[in-house]
Order: sequence, then C-alpha cells, then structure tokens
Amino acid sequence: MSRIGVAFDKARADGRAVLVGCMPAGFPTVEDSIAAMTAMVEAGVDVIEVEIPYSDPVMDGPVIQKASDIALAGGVRTADTLRIIEAVAATGAPVVTMTYWNPIEQYGVDAFARDLAAAGGTGLITPDLIPEEAGEWLAASEAHGLDRTFLVSPSSTDARLKMTAGHCRGFVYATAIMGVTGARAQTSEAAPVLVSRLREVTDLPVGVGLGVGTGAQAATVAGYADAVIVGSALVRCVLDAPDRAAGLTALRALSAELAEGVRNPAR
Amino acid sequence: MSTDAAAPAGRLPDAAGHFGRFGGRFVPEALVAALDELDAAYRKAMTDETFLAEFDALLRDYAGTPSLLYEARRLSAEIGARVLLKREDLNHTGAHKVRNVLGQALLTKRMGKQRVIAETGAGQHGVATATAAALFDLECVVYMGEVDTERQALNVARMRMLGATVVPVTTGSRTLKDAMNEAMRDWVANVDTTHYLIGTAAGPHPFPEMVRDFVRGIGVEARQQCLDLTGALPDAVAACVGGGSNALGIFHAFVPDAGVRLYGFEAGGEGVATGRHAASITGGSAGVLHGTRTYVLQNEDGQTVESHSISAGLDYPGVGPEHAWLHDSGRATYQPVDDDEAMAAFELLCRTEGIIPAIESSHALAGARRIAPQLAAELGREPVIVVNLSGRGDKDVHTAGGYFGILDKE
Repeated sequence: MSRIGVAFDKARADGRAVLVGCMPAGFPTVEDSIAAMTAMVEAGVDVIEVEIPYSDPVMDGPVIQKASDIALAGGVRTADTLRIIEAVAATGAPVVTMTYWNPIEQYGVDAFARDLAAAGGTGLITPDLIPEEAGEWLAASEAHGLDRTFLVSPSSTDARLKMTAGHCRGFVYATAIMGVTGARAQTSEAAPVLVSRLREVTDLPVGVGLGVGTGAQAATVAGYADAVIVGSALVRCVLDAPDRAAGLTALRALSAELAEGVRNPAR
Repeated sequence: MSTDAAAPAGRLPDAAGHFGRFGGRFVPEALVAALDELDAAYRKAMTDETFLAEFDALLRDYAGTPSLLYEARRLSAEIGARVLLKREDLNHTGAHKVRNVLGQALLTKRMGKQRVIAETGAGQHGVATATAAALFDLECVVYMGEVDTERQALNVARMRMLGATVVPVTTGSRTLKDAMNEAMRDWVANVDTTHYLIGTAAGPHPFPEMVRDFVRGIGVEARQQCLDLTGALPDAVAACVGGGSNALGIFHAFVPDAGVRLYGFEAGGEGVATGRHAASITGGSAGVLHGTRTYVLQNEDGQTVESHSISAGLDYPGVGPEHAWLHDSGRATYQPVDDDEAMAAFELLCRTEGIIPAIESSHALAGARRIAPQLAAELGREPVIVVNLSGRGDKDVHTAGGYFGILDKE
C-alpha cells in the first residue's frame, strides 16, 4: 500500500478525514515553498500536494495562477520541483504532485516517474489528463509503483465515473463544483451527490477539492469525503502576507483551523 | 496511438480525434461531457439534410460564398507563376472565419444553448462570433488579451456594437493564448448553458475536425473553380498558418490529389533563428497545449513560450493538430515567412491588383512568391498556384501604415 493509503487508513481509524494542502512548487522561491509546506505539515496538514507551476493552468483560478506566474518568473524548473518533493517528503508526510500534462511529457513520462519515485513522491494528480490519453502514464506508474489520481466531475456520466475510478490508484479526486480552483463562500451541493455516486463504483478513498477554504467548510466536506483538499486559501496566506514570517504565521493558523475541521466532520 | 500515420487523410482523425500521434483530448474531466455532446450534435448535423441545407443557405445568402477565384494577372507577371486568389476576403466580416462561426452557431442552437464564448487575438474571430451571435440571438462573451484590446481598439468597438461583451484578459502574457485559457475556465464553469466557439482548427476533439469540416468548402470551391478556369488542378496551393483553419479549409479537398503540392506558411516574425516568431511547426516541438497534442512553442520544461508576429492573427504558440500530422506525413510542406517578407508581399498585392490583403494572408502571398521560381524550374513551365487570400486588410491599416511609415504625424 502506498503512503497515501496508510494516511487514509489512519484517518479512517480516527474517524476523521485526511487534510490535503496544496502549494505551487517554487512559490515564491524554492526555499520559501519548502518552508511553507513544512509549516503546513507541522500545523496539521496530513498530505502535501505540490503543484508544478505551468504557464497555461486552465483548471486554476486567479490565486494559483498568480502564484504559478511568480514561481515561473523566479525561474523554477521541473527538476526543482523534484528537489522540493524530496525535502517535504523527509518530514514524513506523504507528498503527491499535481501537474498539467505538458511539463511531464517534456521531461519524459517514464523518466519523471522514475525520478518522482526516487524523490519519495507518492504519485500524480493530473487535471488535464483523462485515462483515455494516459497510456504512457499508466505504464510508467505501474513500473515505478506510483499512485494515479484522475479527476471526476459533477458532469461525469456514471460510465465515466466507473472507468476513471478504475484507472485511479491511491485516491480519486472529485471536483466539488463545475469551475476552477479558488475559495468560495458556500460549499457545494453537487459534491456530496458526486461522492455518493462514486461510492457505487469504487472502494478507493475519495478526496474533494475546489472551493474549500475554512475550517467550517472542511468539517462539512469531511462529513462525506475521505479527504478534504485545500489549495487557493492556503496559497493566499502567502500571497497576501506583507513578509515571509507573516505568511508562515497565517499559513500555520489556517492549516490548524482546517485540521480541526477535518477532525469534526459534520454528519 | 491508435492511428497509423500513413493512413489515408480522408479517414483522419480516428474516433478519439487523433491525427497520428497528434490531436486527442487533454482537458479537465469537467469538459468531457460537453465535448461528447458537441461531438454527437456535430456528427448528427453532418448527416442531417435540414442542417446542411440551412448551413448552405447561410453561407450563400448571408456570408456571400462561394467566394471568387480570381486570376491575378499583374501579380502573376511579377512573381512568375499563374496566381489564382481565393477571395475569402470578400466574405461577410472580411475573412474565411465566418464559415466556421455560422456552422458552430447553428450547432449551438441545436444543442439548446443560449450563450457562446470565444477567444480572439486580432479580434477577427471575436467579430465573426459576435456577428453570428447577433444573427442567432445568442448571448456572446469574447475573451481578448489586454494587450490585444489596446492594439485592436476598433475591433473591440465592433464587437460591442454587435452586442457582445468583451472581457480583457490580464493574466499571463495578456495575449491570445491567455484569452484561450480564460475562455476554457469560463467554459468549465458554465458548460451547461454555454458553447465555446473556438476560432481555429485546434483545441480538444472534436474541434479540429469540426472546424475543418465547416471551412473545407473553401478548398472544394477552389478545386472546382480551378478546373473550370484552367482545365486542370493547380500545381500548388498556398496558405498562411497560425492555428491553421484557413489553410486546412483550402488544403483538405486537395489532400487526395497527389500531384497538388500543399504549402503552409507560418509566421516567422523577426526570423526563426531570433526566437521571436510564431512558427510552431518549423520552430517548435511536439507538446500539449489547449487540449490537444501538436507542435508548440515551448521551453525544455514544457512551459509555453510567447509568440511574435506582425500579424496578430498568426500570433499563437500552437497549431492545429491536423497540420502537425500533415507535416509529419510529408503531405504538406511548412515554411516560415518573416515579417518583412510578408509586408513586401502585402505592398505588392496592393500595388499590382488594388487589393489590400490581411497581413496574415500576406504570408501566403510571400510564400507563393518564394516557391514560384522553384516550381517553374522543377516543372519546366509556368506553375499554377492557388493562394488563399483568407482575409482583407482593413483591420491592418494602422499596423501596415506604421510599418511603411506612411501615417501622417498626429
């Protein structure tokens, strides 16, 4: 079982959901992003999702777009992402990587899988890769023992839910809303429906992301999902802070609030 | 890949939208249902006589097609080839693009959607979409890079006159590729009510195939017109290639005619060697961008690199996947034409024929000028070249006037 699987089992035994926190690699610098992710782990985030910055992130809203632009303008490379993953994995927390497909294709799919496994990464979340186009990744992830998380959406048909979940390993990512990343005032009504539809077709843990930004929202989502995935709200802590120390303080506070939320699932 | 790159062109793409190793769907899962719906509606429409009759009537009565195939005698004398211009510049809205938007607007109605969104660079596709939206009573939102809204203020005004909302995009490089990103984000969020009316033969399946089919009338007409005029097929067909819809439109009917050479001229900008160009095939590499696998301008990490061209309509860092395949298979030849060559051809057409071409189309004219002596030497006679004059140059008067230094000081 992968390290992600262990995290899900442990959380399930504790009667709570896993908290996944996302941060773009190299935002605002490589060292700062390692510090930010380490702070998130110390404050109670169970799994770190490292996003590889990409020039054309069509599934991301303004906050992560801006953070990705800052990281790229700072010169972050795909190889730096692997270094960040290695440093964060050393904290003991499972580290999953979220990436648009082109950076992986250019690195070389098998080469990236090999280097990701060597860095201690658990696998990939692929927002613009559907299983039908994933032949090379399916083979590389098998060869190097990595998890595969494809996304499902409220618009996915039952047949596609089954097919997509069937190609996942580790967990399935359910997008809570029809839209892009970014914190929203209200939690989704579509998400619980989507999760229960998924339960019909898979035994894999289900993580829910898009639009979750507060402890209360985390508690709501923890009521029906196995993992609560938070990105933009955490990124904003760093983006809006006047300096590095203030950013880390805000990040720790929000991480702790979210960690509290997943421990008090609304049932 | 499920399709042999050597398969006959008429059978491409495969059912999943692959042209050899290119094409496909690299999109968020949230869009798959909408792409499937579009694919089904498009396939049904293409065998539905009512739809086809409606589309034909619109093309004839509203867009003004078939466009003329005009023998440009003075230009021919200048470049040493018999040049036949496919006058897409005479269509309503001034370019080939009206064919695609009318087809997609009809489909939008059939799918019961009330809202269309579009991306635009120079504004030509935005204007065409706003036009069709007005005609079909659809809500229309056009995403346009902030840099382009400033460069193309007149087209912004045109779109607004036609009732469209123009949204300046302030992310990334604030140009066409970012406008496309923003349109994709809108579509993910509003896919139930909205059709994304992509302006070129790129993007995820079925867009490359569907857009090609809506514009392929250009080549069907040109092929027959050339036969009627000259009694034979042309020796070569030349078109400019940005995303590549006008080129595919004129190429497609000629692909099975092995004796007809197909030439696509990409925007070489300041020269491919300078890195400041928009020549994705001749100066890029295979990658994934905007939902499809194709040739892309990118760095070694797969980050998209900004494109450069004097022609806003060719200023895009990717190309339709069918062109990528036509290049790999050797059926079509792609070459870069730089800004200066294009502008020289622009001036030549103005002065010899009294036609002001779009700067985009000027790349095709420059290419024809380049290949004419080569073809003449090879064939041992004057070659016949059909050039797709894909758009008119009114929109480019300011750019061209600045380039030639003929604007009075303000």
